[in-house]
Amino acid sequence: MDFTRASAGPKPNTVYLFGTCLIDLLYPQAGVSTVHLLEREGVNVIFPQAQTCCGQPAWNSGYRDEALAVARAQLKLFPRPIPIIAPSASCAGMIRVHYPTLFKGEPDEASTFDVADRVYELTEFLTDILKVDLTDLGEPTTVATHSSCTARREMNVADRIDLLLDQLQNVTRIEPDNAEECCGFGGTFAIKQPEISTAMVLEKAKAIENTGAQQLIGQDCGCLMNIGGALKKQDSQISHVHIAEFLWDRTHKATP
Amino acid sequence: MTTKFRTQFAKALAQHEVRNNTESVVNKLRKHRLAAFPDQAEWISMRRHSTAIRANATSKLPQLLEQLETNLQRNGIQVHWADTTEQANQTVLNIMRFHDARFIIKGKSMVSEEMGLNDFLNTHGIECLESDLGELIIQLAAEKPSHMIVPALHKNRKQIARLFHSQFPSIPYTEDISALAQAARRFLRHHFATAPVGLTGVNFMIAETGTLCLVENEGNGRMCSTAPPVHIAVSGIEKVVECLDDVPPLLGILTRSATGQPITTYVNMISSPRKPNEKDGPTAVHLILLDNGRSRIYSDPELRDTLNCIRCGACMNHCPIYKHIGGHAYQTVIPGPIGTILEPQKNGLDSYGELTQASTLCGACQEVCPVSIPIPKIINRLRWEHIRKSSCSTPGAGSGRRKTEAIIWKIWAWNCIHPGAYNRITSVATSMRRLADRILAKISPWTAARAVPRLPDTTLHERLKALKIDNE
Repeated sequence: MDFTRASAGPKPNTVYLFGTCLIDLLYPQAGVSTVHLLEREGVNVIFPQAQTCCGQPAWNSGYRDEALAVARAQLKLFPRPIPIIAPSASCAGMIRVHYPTLFKGEPDEASTFDVADRVYELTEFLTDILKVDLTDLGEPTTVATHSSCTARREMNVADRIDLLLDQLQNVTRIEPDNAEECCGFGGTFAIKQPEISTAMVLEKAKAIENTGAQQLIGQDCGCLMNIGGALKKQDSQISHVHIAEFLWDRTHKATP
Repeated sequence: MTTKFRTQFAKALAQHEVRNNTESVVNKLRKHRLAAFPDQAEWISMRRHSTAIRANATSKLPQLLEQLETNLQRNGIQVHWADTTEQANQTVLNIMRFHDARFIIKGKSMVSEEMGLNDFLNTHGIECLESDLGELIIQLAAEKPSHMIVPALHKNRKQIARLFHSQFPSIPYTEDISALAQAARRFLRHHFATAPVGLTGVNFMIAETGTLCLVENEGNGRMCSTAPPVHIAVSGIEKVVECLDDVPPLLGILTRSATGQPITTYVNMISSPRKPNEKDGPTAVHLILLDNGRSRIYSDPELRDTLNCIRCGACMNHCPIYKHIGGHAYQTVIPGPIGTILEPQKNGLDSYGELTQASTLCGACQEVCPVSIPIPKIINRLRWEHIRKSSCSTPGAGSGRRKTEAIIWKIWAWNCIHPGAYNRITSVATSMRRLADRILAKISPWTAARAVPRLPDTTLHERLKALKIDNE
């Protein structure tokens, strides 16, 4: 899991957006907000409409042929030497860390190194490359954060969400107890081992409930769907929002 | 389909006392480990060093084992090779019979658990007594260890007090830990003095010098290896290291990772039986080297990393799944993340392949592993072997392949490489979201504890198209 980027690079004019299948189908506003956040920084966004999924669900389930076919279809969509932004550490990690392994020995193996080097998780890109300076326009609020395991241990960007939220004057950020522990989503794990997954998510939901926050903010929709779903099932007042949507909603002036 | 393991996991989750006991101990061990590595830079450097030592030893395994054997024999230690646990058990039995011994006192040894040694010897009329306090508790309770380092971690003080009281009626009931330890000590003392044979595990075997290194906190390992006239050590073949200089760095990171200790109370370096001019020590020392699938694991360059393990237990202490289900639910000798990769490789994916599903691939295990074993990567690899069609070295490969599941993945992949179809399906799902919600609500593994995610009215593809975002 040790990955060192070849170079951080200067601020680009144009980037690709890899929207991720989960955001596409369940949280599209997180993707739209990502576009707004990037455009506001003067970055033009390209969204190849032929994109679907990074292939991670099959890769993590052992279906390597299927994962390879799906990954290969994505690989072709990002030919220009510009950054690829994914509003998910899980999908970014798949491309950055796992594509080179998945394509090992394949004729297009070399191109995975190029793509791996260009992919960024959104909060990482906003802080490290764009160095955004945010002005909070929202009402005072308290939020709990949840960084995904891939953000923490695969992409090493778990703290970027904190750096961004701490720029917002009216936002109090609380890290729940056992923040570094997995929420129990794990993709197909939640379906294959639902009993363990439930035990894990209930513990996580309780820790978040204990923060007394109004909202739960994360950079990965898989975790948010899992924890948010458990909170909702328990009639919790805590809603869950992707970091992109939260940042955009609080920092842009609504057009009259 | 509810499988053998899932049923067991569900049962384990219903055992609240065990869960509380397990959680309370792993939380303590996590804290102790964290305090033992106060400096992140130092941890990284120690870990890099240990990783290199173990990787080096594993890469030279065949040569180092030959060198080890030569040097052990030169030192007077008798070496026995065992391909299988049956052979290893038989060797112990032969040694017992040679010395006409009917009783064996044991220090902690996970390899003897792997062999099922106690049961085997019992059927041959030989009595075994565990002398590690945790192992003794497990033996008195007729259970199996639930952790590599802390075998009785699933039991709390009150349970142990009741157990001791029922097993040693002469001792008054007490929940005082040191009184309980004293009771065990008094009980064991006599057996140390009279046992004809002592058996221990091994932490490291040093090829260069022909030395066996054994660490422990209770002194029972030293008693087992010095007081009885015969000492039998059992070890997996992977525990060999190249030279004496390799041991201090490994010990330092092993004990810190395991219990947060900078060093254990006892560090035993066993280099020979009693020499002619010496007054104590065993007159015969045997080492049984167990393969049991390890050389097959060695033959695969990716899976080989599994053998680098130094058995510290940090992976299980930091695993959220182990914390919730405890060690017994794994139904293996070694539980937790390392057991999840080791046991299916040793015993076959056909019977243990499902264990590879008991992971969210969160990476907490790899993060704390003192020798950087890429456990999630190996789990991923084994999941592939479990369902793949072509054969490979791991026994039971392909046994997990289910037709329906394979077809679902095929359809999924076809859909994902045909964006037209993909977009039509996601678009239909969102436009008919009321119906879709009702269907989603029926996915009971998800909805038992979670609300159904509400589908939006349009997909991201549609929204960005409407916003006229560039397509290429």
